[in-house]
Amino acid sequence: MQTELTIGFLPLVDACLPILAREHGFAEAEGLSLRLVKDMSWATVLDRLLYGHTDAAHLVAPLAIAVTLGRGRPAQPLSVPFVLGLNGNAITMRSDLAQRVAQPGKLGDPAAVGAALKAVVEAERGQRRMLRFGVVHRFSSHNYMLRYWLAGCGIRPDVDVEITTVAPPFCADALESGEVDAICVGEPWNSVAVERGAGEIVLATAQIWRRGVEKVLAFREPVIEERRSDAEALVRALRKAGEHFVNPANHDLNAAILARPEYLDGNAGLIRRAISDNLLLARGGQVLNYPDFMFQHREAANFPWVSQAEWLYSQMVRWDGVGYDDAEANLAARVFRPDVYRSALLGTQDPLPGASSKVEGSLAGPTSVSMQQGVITLGNNSFFDGKVFDPNHLAAYVAEQAKA
Amino acid sequence: MRIAIVDESASRAAVMQEGLAALADCEIFVLTERRGLVARIGEIGPDIVLMDLGNPSRDVLEEYFAVSRVLDRPIAMFVDESDEEAISASIDAGVSSYVVDGLAPHRIRSILDLAVKRFNAFARLQADLDEAKGKLAERDCIDKAKRILMDSRGFSEPQAYTELRKAAMNQGKRIAEIADAVVTAHLLMGGK
Repeated sequence: MQTELTIGFLPLVDACLPILAREHGFAEAEGLSLRLVKDMSWATVLDRLLYGHTDAAHLVAPLAIAVTLGRGRPAQPLSVPFVLGLNGNAITMRSDLAQRVAQPGKLGDPAAVGAALKAVVEAERGQRRMLRFGVVHRFSSHNYMLRYWLAGCGIRPDVDVEITTVAPPFCADALESGEVDAICVGEPWNSVAVERGAGEIVLATAQIWRRGVEKVLAFREPVIEERRSDAEALVRALRKAGEHFVNPANHDLNAAILARPEYLDGNAGLIRRAISDNLLLARGGQVLNYPDFMFQHREAANFPWVSQAEWLYSQMVRWDGVGYDDAEANLAARVFRPDVYRSALLGTQDPLPGASSKVEGSLAGPTSVSMQQGVITLGNNSFFDGKVFDPNHLAAYVAEQAKA
Repeated sequence: MRIAIVDESASRAAVMQEGLAALADCEIFVLTERRGLVARIGEIGPDIVLMDLGNPSRDVLEEYFAVSRVLDRPIAMFVDESDEEAISASIDAGVSSYVVDGLAPHRIRSILDLAVKRFNAFARLQADLDEAKGKLAERDCIDKAKRILMDSRGFSEPQAYTELRKAAMNQGKRIAEIADAVVTAHLLMGGK
């Protein structure tokens, strides 16, 4: 007996796990019949989730927190039992700007690129309009990571540079037409811009935060309670899909599936590149392999660490002009549901960390951690500026950043 | 009242415009171009924005409504909780709506109701059109199959049709399906 579960998604590479769970039968093996609904904006993916057209959704992580806190619309609590992937985004700049701030053919050191960008901003102050960056959504990791990097390099977002929203499929257009000078977007849209000669990739967001949380799987809280066993079955199916996804032997097949018209409707070659951590930085250049560009499956990458939700909340406070609030911080933290992830995988071969929260940015190299089951070694998870985020001192972290 | 209809489908926008034109003292603006959309909305200064759910520019416009200081009055999808039902109906129909703060709820309600009706009417038109197109394609295929039977077996046109119908009845299929099989088989056998 198969239970139907409907999942909304945007045609991006990191919608891969639900797609592959369906295509390779991992969902079916868990008793789930997955129906996938493709949309063209996060607003519509979210509306379908909130009005019951879908049971779950592929969502930019901060949006799940924003909806729970009622930013811009009546609050509705969302629950995230699974992180769909870490990082996978890049910053692509207009070629002439890229050449002023980065070295050709390599991803520069984020601090050095930032310093060069600051010099450009200062040299051009008052001469032309402010440099303009496009991000895919106000409540996106793209926006927060970009801002974290800019601010860390002494460039004030909204004061020294403008940040505006551009829909992913139009990012290359926006660069080409001069509507924006740079974009921070997921794949395949950076590669599309590079292929068209509209810009050059300058940084990967993984360089800003080596283990940055990206898309999540979100349910409405009442739905996840009501359909708890289906949600847990889905978590197991998605873990299996992830195992398949990270196996290099499957890259060709998976890229071909993702490229199909009903999914990304894109170029399988470009998708193949992105899912194997390969980037072509500039048209006519050499393909560069950047390990961990898009981080999947390993190190329990899909585990919804409460500390990740709290970091996202800290950035929401930092940039939205809404003050820090203990009660809101608690609500935001509870959006991530390690309890569901744990009960879904307890007793399987899948590793489960002992803790549900960690000090983000504290590991410079491989470190083994205490486990509930299995063994994992966590790799480097640092922020580019070497700072750490201790969720036990969330309010102090927010206060410190407000001073900077 | 100023109503902006944002839709990349010009024909659907026209259907909406026609429906809303019946409203008293409303000025309707239709925006089908993606480029310069935000600037255009700023110029119009609408009281209500209606936008199809499939429009990729929704996030861009929502961002603009949320942070823009260009519009004097904030625009939101929700004016108060009582809109919930009307908004739910519009999402079902495939249209999202944004309303400036301070607009009378009953006015919003009547405009949303009308928008939903027009959107549903357009969906029906589209379905009818698809069906008509399908029927046309089917007739085309049956004609081809008849021609194949007439050429290969020397049937008259009525005989060819009778043969197709008999095969359909025997196999419990539609004539169009049998005709499709005949045409496919003919192509596979090297026919033109």
